[in-house]
Amino acid sequence: MLEALSTGLFNGLVYAAVAVGLALIWGITDVINFAHGDFLMLAMYVAYWLFTLGHVDPTLSAPIAACALALVGFLAYALIIRPLSRAPAMIVILATFGLGLVLRQLAFIAFSPDYRNLPDTWLSGSIRLGGISLGRPQVATGLVALAMIIVLFVLVYRTRWGHALQAVAEDRQAASLVGIACDRVNAQVWMLGSAAVGVTGALLTSFFYVFPSVGAVFVLLAFVAVAMGGFGSLPGAFLSGILIGVVESLTGYWFEPAYKTASIFVIFLLVLWYRPRGLFGRW
Amino acid sequence: MIAAIAVVALAIFPFAFPDPFYQQIVVTALMYGALGAAWNLVGGFLGRVSFGHAVFLGVGGYATLLLLRHANVTPWIGIPAGGIVAAAIALVVGRPTLRLTGHYFAMATIAVLAVAHVLMVNWSFAGGATGIEAPIADSFRLLLFRSRVPYYWIAFALAVATFAATLALVRAKPGYYWRAINGDEAAARALGVPAERYKMLAFVLSAALTGIWGGFYAIYVGFIDPDSAFSLTLSIQIVLVAILGGVGTIVGPWLGAALLIPLAEGMRVAMGGSGKGFDLLLYGVAIVLVSLFLPRGLITLRWRRAAA
Repeated sequence: MLEALSTGLFNGLVYAAVAVGLALIWGITDVINFAHGDFLMLAMYVAYWLFTLGHVDPTLSAPIAACALALVGFLAYALIIRPLSRAPAMIVILATFGLGLVLRQLAFIAFSPDYRNLPDTWLSGSIRLGGISLGRPQVATGLVALAMIIVLFVLVYRTRWGHALQAVAEDRQAASLVGIACDRVNAQVWMLGSAAVGVTGALLTSFFYVFPSVGAVFVLLAFVAVAMGGFGSLPGAFLSGILIGVVESLTGYWFEPAYKTASIFVIFLLVLWYRPRGLFGRW
Repeated sequence: MIAAIAVVALAIFPFAFPDPFYQQIVVTALMYGALGAAWNLVGGFLGRVSFGHAVFLGVGGYATLLLLRHANVTPWIGIPAGGIVAAAIALVVGRPTLRLTGHYFAMATIAVLAVAHVLMVNWSFAGGATGIEAPIADSFRLLLFRSRVPYYWIAFALAVATFAATLALVRAKPGYYWRAINGDEAAARALGVPAERYKMLAFVLSAALTGIWGGFYAIYVGFIDPDSAFSLTLSIQIVLVAILGGVGTIVGPWLGAALLIPLAEGMRVAMGGSGKGFDLLLYGVAIVLVSLFLPRGLITLRWRRAAA
């Protein structure tokens, strides 16, 4: 029971870490990035190849993956999202879906559909905490995720730059009237959100398989976390991510593992029934 | 006028091209056109983007095949029954979800799809994860044929019916109400539009049409399983066809299917053999290019020329 709870907690931190990048992009630029999971996949391959070819441990390659993904995020914004800024929201969603498909298939062609994993990273092994055994990589990833989320939180809610972001999210026209370069802010948000998923992806390789459609495993849960937490609310996405991890592992513990996903989605629908804009959504 | 030409062309088609491969492409295109047109009632005219329509397709298909296998009910009854079951599910699902707007509705429909998928995988009476097959037979009563030609005519008739149904709905009072709700729900309510009832009407009718096509799909393919029927990819394909052609137009989804399906099938045949997934890569590239350069759908091509 306690073990299931703590496993769920650390899994939840990973979901939260995938979700915050999405929440940031969704909340401020009003775009659901369907390619977010594939960004995660790219980050995992960056870390995988750096380890396999250059013997760089995922712990060290996380910043490299973050930079690589920031570039990917920038390109996605500049080449696809910005030209579509006047198009209907549906089209933008579809374009990101297309982008995700392209990335996934490119990975499929370049790296084959094999499941790969990293044999021996610095983080491998497990630790015991008060009678509970936990995977070290999971714990480390969870803690880094927590730190990252706190940094993002401070950036967005406590700095001058963050206030500019919120102004853009609130009212784009008014923001540009008071001298905020909306376009630049949006590009920065895409870079930051993608960099966050870059860090998460790199760390994830220390305990999860890498394969072209790995993004699908995490991204649907990340979507749920973001929507359940409330449109663009970082603390909302964070808490719902953890809630999802815990619910998932407790369902597996009490009932059957087969119902794990179903229970998450049922809770999500219940939340939407009582709070149609999510737990922490702006009304 | 264009519709009449299309109908005549489709009626002549099997005589001009007896090759089953081409007929199969046309049947698939008709199916996606119809699915897009049904989706369009909710996604286009009502403006609620559903990513869960695969649920209704799957429910219709499962209902048809389950009735056939376990109760020996002919698909002549099973396919309409599938439509009714899908409509009933829409009635249940619509109550909580239709209150939502924008991204939230889209996410909720994805959640419904995910729940349905898990339930079907764990429902052993319906074959669990392996799904169920139609029996192999050649019988008019069971709607099972060895030749593909009869299916062509069924799809043709169903497509004409679907087109007529959507046209009639959109040109009548519900269509105006849906567009009013889409434009500004609060304003529409203030003017006395019973928004709840008409939103539900769009959702239920759309689900019923999708369920009927699900029944056809299951009989046509002869097989249904949770992964192929209750998949997000299938839902997105339906949305894609509608968006590609033109959201919120009568002809749009059919136009989108007419372009996209032959393209996808052609690429699959030309490149799929390599097993490398080049077809899906090109598919993704096509989606991105269409969104970038034709964000309001193929249907705008004609308008642009008219404007110039």
